[in-house]
Amino acid sequence: MASTQSLEDTKSMGRLPSAKTSLAAITGVMMLVDLYLIFMVAPTDAVLGHVQRVFYFHVPIAIMSFLAFFVVFLGSLMYLIKRTPKWDAIAHASAEVGVVFVTLALITGIIWARPVWNTWWTWEPRLTTTLILWLIYVAYLMVRSYAPTESKGAIYAAVMGIIGFVDVPIVYYSVVWWRSIHPSPVVGPFAQSDALDGTMALILLYSFITFVFFFAYMVAERMALRNTEEALGRIRFVLRRGER
Amino acid sequence: MEKSFSEWPVLWDLDLSVPWGQTLVLFGANGAGKTTLLRILATHVRPDHGSIAVAGHNLRTRPEEVRRRIGVVGHRSLLYDDLTCRENLVYYGRLYGLKDHKPRVDEVLEQVRLSNRADHRVRTLSNGMQKRAAIARAILHQPDVLLLDEPEAGLDMESVSILGTLLAEWTDSGRSVVMTTHDLDLGLSWGHQAGVLRGGKVNFPDANSVDDEDGIKNDVRASGIRRAVADALQAGR
Amino acid sequence: MNGLVGPILVMVWKDILLELRSRDLVVSVLVFGLLVVVVFNFALNNAPGRAEELAPGILWTAFAFAAILAMNRAFVRDQEQGGLEGLLISPVSRDAIFLGKALTSLIFMLLVEAALLPVYAVMLDFSALSFNLILTIFLGTLGFAVVGTLFSAMAVQTRSREIMLPVLFFPVVLPVIIAAVEASTRAVGGETFVGLGRWLPLIGVFDALFLVICPWIFAFVVEE
Repeated sequence: MASTQSLEDTKSMGRLPSAKTSLAAITGVMMLVDLYLIFMVAPTDAVLGHVQRVFYFHVPIAIMSFLAFFVVFLGSLMYLIKRTPKWDAIAHASAEVGVVFVTLALITGIIWARPVWNTWWTWEPRLTTTLILWLIYVAYLMVRSYAPTESKGAIYAAVMGIIGFVDVPIVYYSVVWWRSIHPSPVVGPFAQSDALDGTMALILLYSFITFVFFFAYMVAERMALRNTEEALGRIRFVLRRGER
Repeated sequence: MEKSFSEWPVLWDLDLSVPWGQTLVLFGANGAGKTTLLRILATHVRPDHGSIAVAGHNLRTRPEEVRRRIGVVGHRSLLYDDLTCRENLVYYGRLYGLKDHKPRVDEVLEQVRLSNRADHRVRTLSNGMQKRAAIARAILHQPDVLLLDEPEAGLDMESVSILGTLLAEWTDSGRSVVMTTHDLDLGLSWGHQAGVLRGGKVNFPDANSVDDEDGIKNDVRASGIRRAVADALQAGR
Repeated sequence: MNGLVGPILVMVWKDILLELRSRDLVVSVLVFGLLVVVVFNFALNNAPGRAEELAPGILWTAFAFAAILAMNRAFVRDQEQGGLEGLLISPVSRDAIFLGKALTSLIFMLLVEAALLPVYAVMLDFSALSFNLILTIFLGTLGFAVVGTLFSAMAVQTRSREIMLPVLFFPVVLPVIIAAVEASTRAVGGETFVGLGRWLPLIGVFDALFLVICPWIFAFVVEE
């Protein structure tokens, strides 16, 4: 992994903080605006009341959690082919942030489901696929940390990143078909989510963009942390050579 | 050539070549990287940087060609305990795509003096015999280069002398051997070149190559080398 | 293509020979399969009327767990005796090594399933003499073998290998289980091939897709 890269690379880390800080600032501002919009501006839903506002969090977070796994897939594929640590860093960071996102997606999904369907859980296609995605993320992170060495962990994780991503559409369709044979007794106001009036649709869109920035910022933070870890590793590496 | 495992540097600045018909013996303290080097040559481990060619083929671009031409004896016998010697060898013979593997199997069994134990399960053999069976497996496909990792470990006197004879015949026929060992005397009596693996690379102590015209090892020079190697090993501790 | 078939057959022959000698894999998986159906029968409160509903589900749960057990053991044995290392330093291509191992797993799993099927048919009261059912079992098991062999190769090197294989395997193989249960239900109900609907093609697509991807990825998993 870490090889004969010089300590000069450590100095180039200086560049990162400023890009990251601006990203943090933008995200912070957007998030504040988003919260204002969601809680102050968005109209209260006629049927569901205030709980419906969870929707503005749930949908962007859920979409992001799938997009995040696409980034994991890309990073994994590039890492297996090229073996540059940068790709593994992108994949790893996206997976760690992604698992948080998918957990939040599940939680907000449940919070929303309860008043809407009067049940905590239902095996409908989107929720079920999100759950499977969560399991795949967990498997990705587990195999990385349980592998015998770090470099093997990176390879095994990349394998899971690729296989998991290819598998998700198949999972989705199999559950959709299964659902059509075993329909849920609950026919939902889920359908209502398509009937969005103008304001709601705009706020939803803005919320989505906010969360894209939020995701990008978190991944940048995680990658910066990893850069520090690797710089430390390089220093150790050079010291060890000296000892031998 | 360089290799490190998870930020532990093992080999660096490695620059080595072994001519045909010679045995290179590598000494080194535990953890110096002898086994790693051998495993890289065996194509089992990929180096981080650098290029390696074995028997004329580049390890990176044509690994399968290299594998056809190497025979490896490591710490594990790579034989299946529940199969007999013969079954193991027939398996490897077929795996390597040997034509007429059956007579060849008999031939190598004879070379390692295991013909009378051919139909015993490997599990029932002594350590020395298991190692001999592993050697049989390694030479079965008539490779050009033998890679041996501490072959003397766990071998009885008879097996050691069988191996010694085999290696001498081997290099006489123009093939090469790279061998690691802890046994100073054994290594020096079998080897044409002696190197010490230390500080991530191979150092050749003074008065190195003992290769005379008719292959007779000069006793006086040998003791000089012996001292040199022992010194190099001491320095590394 | 020639270079593939030879080594694959040699590897399968060797594994069958080993299994005949030690007999530990097939027997233990068989016993496990029997235990699973007994436990499920009581856990699911399988009254006579419900057999039709529950039987395919119990069948495939048992097959899935048996698959995990079989593949785990196959790789552990090779790992310990250095068989995989012997293969890796030989000129056999990584693709062939993967396909050989997957084929061996497939054969063993099919053997176990063939032995368990009549027992299940009797205990759970359904008719096993259906070509469609057998086809479904074959295709489903193929999916298990392909994905499972890749994940076993990874899991066997991790610490906590017993938990690692199920964690990797089940989420990915879920569509196969869903489809196999659906198809089996119809097959047992006497449906024709067309009546099986989209389920068998789904498994077929899964199998084809991973038969292409897994051998390629396997090469990365086994090298250092």
